[in-house]
Amino acid sequence: MTANTANTSDNVEKFMDIRSVALAKILDEKGQGLKVVGIYCTFCPQELVLAAGAVPVGLCGTREDPIPAAEEVLPRNLCPLIKSSYGFALTDTCPFFAFSDLIVGETTCDGKKKMFEIMQDIKPVHVMQLPHQHKSPHSFALWVEEIRRLRSRMEEEFNVEIKDEDIWKAIDLVNREKKLLKDICDLNRLSPPRMSGMELLTVTWSSGFSHDKEVVVEMLEEFKDKLESREIEPDAAHKPRILLTGCPVGLGSEKVVRLVDELGAAVVAMENCSGYKTLELLTDKNGNDPVVALAHKYLNIPCSCMSPNPYRMELLDRMIDDFNAAAVIDLTWQACHTYNIESHEVKKLVKGKGLPFLHLESDYSSSDEESLKVRIEAMLEMMGK
Amino acid sequence: MITVGMDIGSVASKGVLLSGDKKFSLVLPTGWSPRDVGEQILANLLAESRVELEEVDSILVTGYGRVSFDRAAARTVTEISCHARGVAALCPETGTIIDIGGQDSKVISINGNGKVLDFAMNDKCAAGTGRFLQVMANTLGMDVGELAAFEDPSAMVKINSMCTVFAESEIIGLLARGSSKGGIIAGLHQSVGKRVAAMTRRLGVKEKIVFTGGVAQNAGVCRALEEELKHRIVVPEECQFTGALGAALLAAG
Repeated sequence: MTANTANTSDNVEKFMDIRSVALAKILDEKGQGLKVVGIYCTFCPQELVLAAGAVPVGLCGTREDPIPAAEEVLPRNLCPLIKSSYGFALTDTCPFFAFSDLIVGETTCDGKKKMFEIMQDIKPVHVMQLPHQHKSPHSFALWVEEIRRLRSRMEEEFNVEIKDEDIWKAIDLVNREKKLLKDICDLNRLSPPRMSGMELLTVTWSSGFSHDKEVVVEMLEEFKDKLESREIEPDAAHKPRILLTGCPVGLGSEKVVRLVDELGAAVVAMENCSGYKTLELLTDKNGNDPVVALAHKYLNIPCSCMSPNPYRMELLDRMIDDFNAAAVIDLTWQACHTYNIESHEVKKLVKGKGLPFLHLESDYSSSDEESLKVRIEAMLEMMGK
Repeated sequence: MITVGMDIGSVASKGVLLSGDKKFSLVLPTGWSPRDVGEQILANLLAESRVELEEVDSILVTGYGRVSFDRAAARTVTEISCHARGVAALCPETGTIIDIGGQDSKVISINGNGKVLDFAMNDKCAAGTGRFLQVMANTLGMDVGELAAFEDPSAMVKINSMCTVFAESEIIGLLARGSSKGGIIAGLHQSVGKRVAAMTRRLGVKEKIVFTGGVAQNAGVCRALEEELKHRIVVPEECQFTGALGAALLAAG
């Protein structure tokens, strides 16, 4: 390993520490009146939270551990992400949830919508009614109102005034963060890719748990510099390049990313929620009303809950070319109806481009690792690995 | 050249030794130790063919137990690639392979050279596998190998549950209501056929269709698959050995 490679790995480790550093800071500042808003999903306009002087933190929901506890209340055949999120809250094992003054949820699917109703018994949950059409004027009007409603709710809860100028500042900060994340992900367009799949996941997913966006932006800048000059073994250029799409993946539910790495291929890009899905969507800073500007950005997110969802196919189409993907794996969680059904469209797109396509339906447990491995390995053999 | 291919499955483990134009094959129950059964098969194949281990050029292992066979010289390849290669050798011009084993079922689309074009496998569930039939045979007080001989399609009873656990209670209920055993068995075969046919159609049906794996020995499942797919299905005599044969052939190249 060259010195520079070691340095870059150290930097990835720093991202793994984000959660513990954030917790220590939050614990420290909670006494001085710091307000924390827990968020689950990329649809939550974090810029408003920042403008309220509060800290937006990602909440736990990507691990298997609390699922049995959640199943005492929720049905078993529900997606693991919802069960895990609720289980962490119920068992009080997500410190970020414990520190949150307010939880923000969105009606992305029926399961989450109804789970948030039950979650109200544990913490105040503000649910945003997310419309499911990208383009319709009615949907847009509703979403603008929903963002305004969140603004008022936080103003009341935290006894602050959220000023337009502060929203604009927050918009600028989040835009910078997204732009850097995109630049970093785009370095994997190179051959050999600059990051392994697990590194890519660690960096993109962990940044969402920070207590301070300015700090994350600095870390990302430093990481990007390191990555640009990172020396990669030339052999890595022979690894089959895999694009991962589908349901959200995080540390704790990373098994497919890990298996692809272990089997000698490379996840070069991830079109998942904490990955590339939102990275092209920067808020336009030229409008008069920051809430309208935010509504435009967030309503464009190509989540499978949108109907129809053409932007996801456009994005995937471009990503396959840009990242020179040799195959696409669509990982969906059991009982996530929208992603499971939309897999049919993804398959048509990928096969239409003449690439192998593998749809894996799984959950957070490790019980199916062997059969997942057979499928991934067989696909790699099919590609003539 | 002498090569050995082994397919260590969840229920049965198969081995094929190829020495020039001679072929030796054998099957053993996997039991609780896939590692031991692999060693046993290798020893038996060597004894039967009078070949010394040193004379073997290459060993290739497939099946779910492939990683537990711990010999430095042995390579592993998935059963998908092995079945494709084995079937291409046994049945030229195959377009689609349906393989139903002890714990999974799969459909593989191949070209004339035995190259895999696409595949599908059953999800985390025993429905539509040999295990499903084994549990049902136990409930009926029979051996899984006897099912086909006792089926009576003219008196077919529809089994609604795809889930192994629910299907078992459904059968107990049907027996209590006096449905015939032969009719219930036909219904079970139909239910496996339906499930696997749906998976096959998802991938696209391409003639000729070859049916392999332990369950291919059950003529009732083959009948059900032909009815559901409305296509003729070929079952090679060595249907249980296509994975091991493919492994032995891939070991050579």
